[in-house]
Amino acid sequence: MAEKLLEANDVSVDFRINNEYLKAISGINLTINRGKVLALVGESGSGKSTFATSIMGLHNPEYTKVSGSIKVAGKELVGLSEKEFDDYRGVSVGMIFQDPLSSLNPLMKIGDQIAEAITVHDKNNPEVKNRVRTLLNDVGIDEEKRVADQYPHQLSGGMRQRVMIAIALANEPDLIIADEPTTALDAIIQAQILELIKDIQKKKDAGVLLITHNLDVVSELADDVAVMYAGQIVEKGSVEQIFENPKHPYTRSLLKADPNNVRPGEELYSIPGTVPSLAEMDFNKDSFLQRVPWLDEKVVNADVPEQMEEVEPGHFVRGTAWKDFSFDDVNRNED
Amino acid sequence: MFKTIVRRVLIMLPQIFFVSILIFMLAQLMPGDPFYGNLNPNSDVATIERMRHAAGLDLPWYEQYVRWVVNVFHGDFGTSYTVNKGVAVSEIIGQRIWPTVSMGIIATILTYFFAMSQALISARNENKRIDKFLVVWNTLTSAVPSFVFYFVMMVLFVYVIPIFPSSGTGIDETQGFFTNFFGNLYHAFLPALTIALFSTNSVFQYLRSNLLDQQAQDYVRTARAKGVQIKDVFRKHILRNAFLPIASGIGYSITGVLGGAMFAETVFGYPGLGALFVQALSGRDYTIITALMLLQGILSLFGGLLSDIISAWVDPRIRVK
Ligand SMILES: Nc1ncnc2c1ncn2[C@@H]1O[C@H](COP(=O)(O)OP(=O)(O)OP(=O)(O)O)[C@@H](O)[C@H]1O
Ligand SMILES: [Mg+2]
Repeated sequence: MAEKLLEANDVSVDFRINNEYLKAISGINLTINRGKVLALVGESGSGKSTFATSIMGLHNPEYTKVSGSIKVAGKELVGLSEKEFDDYRGVSVGMIFQDPLSSLNPLMKIGDQIAEAITVHDKNNPEVKNRVRTLLNDVGIDEEKRVADQYPHQLSGGMRQRVMIAIALANEPDLIIADEPTTALDAIIQAQILELIKDIQKKKDAGVLLITHNLDVVSELADDVAVMYAGQIVEKGSVEQIFENPKHPYTRSLLKADPNNVRPGEELYSIPGTVPSLAEMDFNKDSFLQRVPWLDEKVVNADVPEQMEEVEPGHFVRGTAWKDFSFDDVNRNED
Repeated sequence: MFKTIVRRVLIMLPQIFFVSILIFMLAQLMPGDPFYGNLNPNSDVATIERMRHAAGLDLPWYEQYVRWVVNVFHGDFGTSYTVNKGVAVSEIIGQRIWPTVSMGIIATILTYFFAMSQALISARNENKRIDKFLVVWNTLTSAVPSFVFYFVMMVLFVYVIPIFPSSGTGIDETQGFFTNFFGNLYHAFLPALTIALFSTNSVFQYLRSNLLDQQAQDYVRTARAKGVQIKDVFRKHILRNAFLPIASGIGYSITGVLGGAMFAETVFGYPGLGALFVQALSGRDYTIITALMLLQGILSLFGGLLSDIISAWVDPRIRVK
């Protein structure tokens, strides 16, 4: 049996807003095995970062409640103290963020920012300097001495993201979380950074949680895909299953709305409406169906069973609306 | 960097010229002249005119200005009319400048130390009781006139618990450097501490809100993701970033010390430039007033330069420009 680096079971996160707890994500079950890349996709506001942040233990406990079970490399995270989290972060798990410029301290030299990731867990490591240089080499920076002595504003966006990756890798974590790691970069650099993440993942046999909007990136990098909508996973399976045989209306809408999929001469589909805000969410229904105007009201308002349906081995779908859903009906209401 | 500084100093020359004219004219506009307060009621008009003529006070203002500037270039600010009759202004200022500088340095360091500590405590405990207390306290100290606190501290630590001297600077020309150094430290400490304790407000408010802003920045999340404890994130990352926009103000607070010292020096009987200025004002001692205002004007210009140097020193993004 493959080694499970991430096991999330029934994970929910609630934010306290105006003295009232509002659920942002609910009942998330996800697993990442060693050497695998799981892509988490979904529109803005669907709760991807909220989930990733709970794996890092970076939610502010004063106004956030995380429940369920999150195990990283077998260790339970839910309920850890701040001190225990400090020892865990950056060691078992490393994280890469979206905007590499704002994610680096503008007043600190690159070398020192990478070194800090090491020394914070190993105070008197005599090898730090060498280790920093090795890390910079590992992420494809040749002039490691010069770069280590520079400040973030002196580097290009691609270089900065390489530095962020070096920081995430500093203690050779088993699990790497990348939250939209290339969104802030231009296309060419994007491809290079993705290549780098792939290389490193292969070399270290690490598990990766890759959060992205870009389905191209998913097909290129991921082994498995989970599709998130309004705080819940609506479909998950292998890349082939999701791309070749998508079931849930949301997955199919996302694929149809993907600019890479549009055929010449065809108009790009855009999903009507927006993701509901926390106050509007209903976790017993399939809230995406609100955005399919041609569906029957009965289907839209049907209660959704808690368990996802396994439509083929390893391929899970939430609810049953997918059975009634078809893009051929788009114009039905209008006729 | 050196080039930049030289260039900035050169730019300052015309500014200094402008400031000097401005100050000279201000002095001219002040009502009365030193002889009015200083004469016995029986002296006749002719005597007064003779004295005014001897001092050049009957010349047109621009001639007086040129005379004054030429003298200033020779280090001659004239002699005091009332405060220290007949003594060269440069000598009086020379004697009094070091006590003010030393007290100013101590006061500035302490002010920033107190303000920073309070802002850190506040920001780390946002909206908790201690935070609310510090906000109220700082608002209060800035609302109440500072001399009220100076009197309270004076009474408390000079008379009720007599641990500090009631007046003097502790400087004695006949003594060696170390005796003077510690003697002055002992005399300057209470006024400096008092100034610092009750003037934290602006730095505190600004730094507190910067700290809160910086807390939400992405680099903070990165540091946390490395496993850095929150208190170390504050110490190593947030504080410096939050302090950045304030650092430029340090230059001005150092050179602005003269104004701040007026009340404190007078209340604590600490004979520095601030107290001198108060005396000169009440005695209409024009030569001293203009000399001090000129000094303050030039200092302010240097404060700007000093601020820029400090900013460049703490912010690498400015450094490389
Ligand atoms: N700290 C917070 N306090 C209150 N609400 C929050 C907080 N963080 C996220 N939310 C809300 O939770 C929902 C999910 O947000 P999240 O950032 O996880 O979405 P996302 O899928 O990562 O979106 P994006 O693609 O834009 O990054 C949103 O409605 C957001 O407003
Ligand atoms: Mg996000």
